[in-house]
Amino acid sequence: MNVSVAPAVDRSAAVQAAAQPPVLAVKNIEVIYNHVILVLRGVSLEVPQGKIVALLGGNGAGKSTTLKSISTLLASERGAVTKGSIEFRGQRTDQLTPGELVGMGLVQVMEGRHCFGHLTAEENLITGAYARSIGRAQLREELDRIYAYFPRLKVRRSSLAGYTSGGEQQMIAIGRAMMAKPSMLLLDEPSMGLAPQIVAEIFEIVRDLNQKEGVSILLAEQNTNVALKYADYGYILESGRIMLDGPAKALAENKDVKEFYLGMSSEGRKSFRDMKSYRRRKRWV
Amino acid sequence: MPDFWFFLEVLVGGLLSGTMYALVALGFVLIYKASSVFNFAQGAMVFFAVLSFVGFMELGLPFWAALPVTVGLMILVGMGTERFVLRPLVNQSEDTLLMATIGLAFVIEGVAQLAWGVDVRRLDLGIRDEPINWVMDKTGMLVSQLDVTAALVAGIMVAALALLFSHTKVGRGLRAVADDHAAALSIGIPLKHIWMLVWATAGVVALVAGMLWGARSGVQFALVWVALKALPVLIIGGFTSVPGVILAGLIVGAIEKIGEVFIGPYVGGGIEGWSPYMLAVLFLLIRPEGLFGEKIIRRV
Ligand SMILES: Nc1ncnc2c1ncn2[C@@H]1O[C@H](COP(=O)(O)OP(=O)(O)OP(=O)(O)O)[C@@H](O)[C@H]1O
Ligand SMILES: [Mg+2]
Repeated sequence: MNVSVAPAVDRSAAVQAAAQPPVLAVKNIEVIYNHVILVLRGVSLEVPQGKIVALLGGNGAGKSTTLKSISTLLASERGAVTKGSIEFRGQRTDQLTPGELVGMGLVQVMEGRHCFGHLTAEENLITGAYARSIGRAQLREELDRIYAYFPRLKVRRSSLAGYTSGGEQQMIAIGRAMMAKPSMLLLDEPSMGLAPQIVAEIFEIVRDLNQKEGVSILLAEQNTNVALKYADYGYILESGRIMLDGPAKALAENKDVKEFYLGMSSEGRKSFRDMKSYRRRKRWV
Repeated sequence: MPDFWFFLEVLVGGLLSGTMYALVALGFVLIYKASSVFNFAQGAMVFFAVLSFVGFMELGLPFWAALPVTVGLMILVGMGTERFVLRPLVNQSEDTLLMATIGLAFVIEGVAQLAWGVDVRRLDLGIRDEPINWVMDKTGMLVSQLDVTAALVAGIMVAALALLFSHTKVGRGLRAVADDHAAALSIGIPLKHIWMLVWATAGVVALVAGMLWGARSGVQFALVWVALKALPVLIIGGFTSVPGVILAGLIVGAIEKIGEVFIGPYVGGGIEGWSPYMLAVLFLLIRPEGLFGEKIIRRV
């Protein structure tokens, strides 16, 4: 089942998209863990230059697996892309290491933040530039550039990352990735476990980075509402398949999306239980 | 001589020999932190290192030439181990890696004896295992020159490593890898370089530990068992804590000497051999993560 919700697309955007190849193209990939567990069953998606694309879906849908396939971090978790291909800037990534991709400008910010707890906030940021050979002065400059986006981190620069708040850790993780000077970020659930105002603060910064640094973003989120507010385009993943995709605005207005992912329907808010049984029925029929 | 001075003498002697336990344990911790490998071969590396050093001297190299040559050799052994034994096993379980290092221990011990023979050698560093005179005159305590020198060398080694970790780029990278492998990988820190560095460093630490132990008790196969003394030190200090194992080394050294001298006579001696293990078992029961070790968290 694949409901297409691409309504009257803006002409000029379509023409432009055709002229410029996507930064990232995932073509029909299948991913298997431990040689037996099939998790992705033919996922395709594209991220155009300079856009924010959201990858939405519930627990275990395969969002993180998709991001790790792209960054090739999957290999260290005994996962493998067994079919399809992934191209970053027109180059296939399957033979590359995460480090090589970082060098090419593709950095993943992993789910759960993964700060270096025993390093200070600033040391965390500095490690982001590890693979670049830059001098002290330039390093200082880059740090200031990051602090301009994350003023909170400047205040907390000498605290151990392990002792900073969840929101600050998320900022450290994103800031650290930006220190690699990427042209594309893969963000895995930046909203996870954070209060709504902090989520909003972080997403505002992400949008800022997207607009001012021109970094393209693929964003995996369970928080459909927030993600669609900041994204240009969205894909909805369920059980390892893309069920739906379209411009973020159209998705946010879509009846099924409202019902299943935004917890609303024409009769107003539905209870979680109704939703679940309905989903179950729908899947098994 | 008042009892106090005698107690102090025993304590100091224990603490000084404890620094050497700490040094052996430090080699373990470095590797364990950076790559989650429990390097069973650390003891074998200690033996191999000092045996090679003595071997080079027997071949006619003077001390100051044999030292850098052996340092170079140990760097090669460390890096080679990482490259040819552990890297092919990357992503295997910790148990598999432990098995690999157990095998490696036998290989290193075998190669060492094959290359240099099985005789017990003496290693003369020009420092006597005799009491320092002015300490004896002032306080009546017998404090061995060799022990003091060994403790100083161990202290300098630890300080140098601490500086390396806190103030250099690779040091920062190493701490990052130790904290979170996956995150380090995700931002492009070259794990392989870091692992090589760690193994090379562990090789050099093994050499220093081997020379200090060898000067004291002869260069012989029994040095391999010194590494077994490092096990209680590791348990008490915590497998991931450098300050923890240093403190634990001192504690183990002090406990075994004090136990031997003051409690030993009542129970028929032999305390030196088992008291560290007793203490380690106590720690396992009460504080399994060790003094400063992190709570054991399995990373996904
Ligand atoms: N290393 C692994 N080995 C085996 N199975 C795995 C592994 N990692 C993930 N899976 C399985 O793959 C499926 C998709 O997981 P994934 O983490 O990609 O989901 P997700 O969409 O990111 O979910 P969440 O929102 O909870 O993070 C799940 O069923 C999960 O159990
Ligand atoms: Mg996930």
